[in-house]
Amino acid sequence: MSAISIPAAEGSPGSAPQAAGERAQNRRSRWYRQPTLMAGLVITGLILFLVVAAPLLTSYNPDTQNFAATLQGPSAHHLLGTDQLGRDTWSRLLYGGRTDLRIAFIAVLLPFVIGTIVGSLAGYFGGWVDIVIMRLVDIVVAFPFFVLIIALVFVLGPGERSIYIAITLVGWVTYARIIRGQILVAKRQEYVAAAQAGGLSAVRIMARHLLPNVISQGIVYALSVDIEQDILAIVTLSYLGLGIQPPAPDWGTMISDGQNFLTTHWQLTTIPGLAVVVTGLGLSLLADGLADLLRLGQS
Amino acid sequence: MAFVIHRLALLVPTVLGVTIITFFMIHLIPGDPARTILGIHATPRAIAILHAQWGLNRPLADQYWLYMDRLLHGNLGQSLYYGSGVSGLITSRLPVTLWLIIYAALLAVIISVPLSILAASRKDAIRDHAVRVIPLLGLGMPAFWLALILQSQLSVRYRLFPVTGYGTGFAGHLHSMFLPSLTVAIALCPVIVRSLRASMLDVLGADFITTARAKGVPASRLFVRHVLRNAVIPAVTVLGINIGFLIGGTLIVEQVFGLPGVGSLLVQAIFERDFPVVQAVALVFGIMVVLVNLLTDVAYATLDPRVRFDR
Amino acid sequence: MTTAGPNRSVLEVIDLHVEIASRRGIVRAVDGVSLEVPAGHAVGVVGESGSGKSMTLRAILGVLPPEAKITAGQVLLDGQDLAHLSNTQLNRVRGPKIAMIFQEPMSALNPVMRVGAQIAEGPQVHLGMNRARAGERALELMRRVGIPDPERRYRAFPHEFSGGMRQRVMIAIALSCDPSVVLCDEPTTALDVTIQDQILRLLTSLCRESGTSLVFVTHDLPVVAQVCDELAVMYAGQIVEHGTVREVLTRPSHPYTLGLVRSAPDVDHVRSSLVAIPGSPPSLISPPSGCRFHPRCSIAEEDCVTTVPTLNPIGAGRATACLHYERCLEALDTQGADR
Repeated sequence: MSAISIPAAEGSPGSAPQAAGERAQNRRSRWYRQPTLMAGLVITGLILFLVVAAPLLTSYNPDTQNFAATLQGPSAHHLLGTDQLGRDTWSRLLYGGRTDLRIAFIAVLLPFVIGTIVGSLAGYFGGWVDIVIMRLVDIVVAFPFFVLIIALVFVLGPGERSIYIAITLVGWVTYARIIRGQILVAKRQEYVAAAQAGGLSAVRIMARHLLPNVISQGIVYALSVDIEQDILAIVTLSYLGLGIQPPAPDWGTMISDGQNFLTTHWQLTTIPGLAVVVTGLGLSLLADGLADLLRLGQS
Repeated sequence: MAFVIHRLALLVPTVLGVTIITFFMIHLIPGDPARTILGIHATPRAIAILHAQWGLNRPLADQYWLYMDRLLHGNLGQSLYYGSGVSGLITSRLPVTLWLIIYAALLAVIISVPLSILAASRKDAIRDHAVRVIPLLGLGMPAFWLALILQSQLSVRYRLFPVTGYGTGFAGHLHSMFLPSLTVAIALCPVIVRSLRASMLDVLGADFITTARAKGVPASRLFVRHVLRNAVIPAVTVLGINIGFLIGGTLIVEQVFGLPGVGSLLVQAIFERDFPVVQAVALVFGIMVVLVNLLTDVAYATLDPRVRFDR
Repeated sequence: MTTAGPNRSVLEVIDLHVEIASRRGIVRAVDGVSLEVPAGHAVGVVGESGSGKSMTLRAILGVLPPEAKITAGQVLLDGQDLAHLSNTQLNRVRGPKIAMIFQEPMSALNPVMRVGAQIAEGPQVHLGMNRARAGERALELMRRVGIPDPERRYRAFPHEFSGGMRQRVMIAIALSCDPSVVLCDEPTTALDVTIQDQILRLLTSLCRESGTSLVFVTHDLPVVAQVCDELAVMYAGQIVEHGTVREVLTRPSHPYTLGLVRSAPDVDHVRSSLVAIPGSPPSLISPPSGCRFHPRCSIAEEDCVTTVPTLNPIGAGRATACLHYERCLEALDTQGADR
């Protein structure tokens, strides 16, 4: 019942340009200051480097067997020792990482593209398009990720190609959900109404106006959680013998090869597993860091 | 009650969809499915039998109808490997898998809740960072690798647990299933901790917590009766969402620990190219997930009284 | 309204300072506030949003937000200094000795806990009552605060109640352990006008019955006039005037109070127009020099910019921080000719 209408003030009303400049400066300085993001970048970067530079870092071929030097411990010749067929562990680790990471990075692309397109359609048009698509999503999601993957690989036969197909068929759903959610919110914004009023076609609006604003969440998910999930799927399939076929080196097969020697030469199984864990750690930190950065940029 | 009925009704299209997908799996097989599946056992007679059994020469709609008809009669097909009904195989092995899933969920909760409280009670302190970072290791950890390590160290070397097997009697199950359940629980913890911690922090900032503090409610009671009671609601949803992950984990863990569950059945069926089993298990798992989602919704409504009255 | 006699003060705030850490600097939300609350009296604290009045209440009870802390001063309750107690020690005091009622009853009540249990919690924790006994007490309290059909409503959840009813629940919670002081943070601001009146009457009668003191924070002058015996006026984190309600409102001795009084609608007298106070509240990170009100003051002089005024007594129980308070009274008298 009071006529005093003065807003709560903690600081004096700053001038608009000054505040905007402040924010930009904050964002710039923050990029380097985010410990999670930096840790994630460092770890992931290191692993990528090791894997890409594999030929430079080891002179051994990962497939070369040497029965004169089996099950050796770390030495000057073999950085991490050898396995039961005399193959150098360090080079198998590096080249295996190459294979696994290469496949994982490629495998993310198609689900990302398909999911984004489908999600945009569902989010933008709404109505029965949305209902049908989301029903489809619900159904695919009803299956445990790995169960579906393994069943698909079974049906399609083992090997690299099947992995791509299986992951694509199953993996697009999360992207569809994320992008759809983002578009549902974004399409209420003024600039969309303006574009529609300007007579732009739906496709153009979606592609040129909505997507660029909305795609960041999808990218974050892709780079971190999805790649990690794919790496785990690939490695697990290979462990079971359904994924990368020998003699191609791969972390999963290394673990499987080494499992009979767990009590005697535990490093054969432990090391590739640790490689997966550390890669996962780097990607998770990257994910958290990017998510934090996005959130800060929005505040 | 009306709420539950309403939810059940929504399930029907999803369940139908699940059956359609499992039905379709057979048609994804390149070439003649019967021939590919039988592999080296592909004699013209065997192929013809399978064709007849699955109605492969009939129109698609007919095949689906045939499939659904069998399903509704509880017939999940004949195992090519065992020669017996798949439904029998699954029902005999289901208890093991259920044990594993429930045990793992319980362990995950027992580990995650105290960790989350530890982290949320002192945000940004050392212990908060520790609780946030350590589970990240779990996110990237292949379940089978963890299983192997735990098995080799705790079972083989130190003989604390049986290496494989399900055990007999309730106590035996508790003992034998501990390592497998722990493996799955450790994989699940990061997700739960992250979500529970976040929702606890949200709750801690809420007004009614200030009221409770102003009432002089001591910290322990505050956390349990006020914070947890509210924070658990979104976390239950997270647990429910991750049931798929939980089930996926059982596959590998059952395999490594030699548990006679549905997961290992699936893995073996894949090695033995026993398609009917693969198809049936995929179906069963799909339906399980749908049911668990329903349960999660019901649990959510039970925990959050605001939702109940909105229906 | 009774005149203040030589009563024992049940609550004394002495030179309280609260600072909030924010991105732009340290906000001095409460900058040297002193208050005395005699037993059985209702003391009002008025000021606009951001004046620091809510922070003062929260500092007394020790429920400040995490970025804020008490940097100086004392809060004496029955001789104990609350400002220097640990949280565990404070928990023993909150409830039985001093309680608080919040502004937004919807968000201030636990949404998943039944109302009766929330009222009963205080007696369970502090008075050692078992569940049954505490439940009975909760029912008694619900009747006292005028909640109809308490047996049935005991098991209800907060969202099933209307705003006014929820506030009654909050009052029941506050009174559940018979405190000697109840702090009220704008308890009626979020309510309908008609309900406001009911709640205020309830509050005043309950407190008179039990001899509980009230510290009533609001920005609403007519409310303060209805409920309180004494009044303190806060501006920019400081108390600029205090005295009995009648004296402060009819003969304000600070230009800010004068502005408040002038701009409050008064049903007894028809006014030609409401006069708002020009300008906006000052920054609490770097407040104006000297008297903080001087940039908006119509009677400011040079010494107002350079001298930092303190609260000076100007009569029995009256004090003001204005260096030229007599001019206020003049200004009011001239205004009075318009009525």
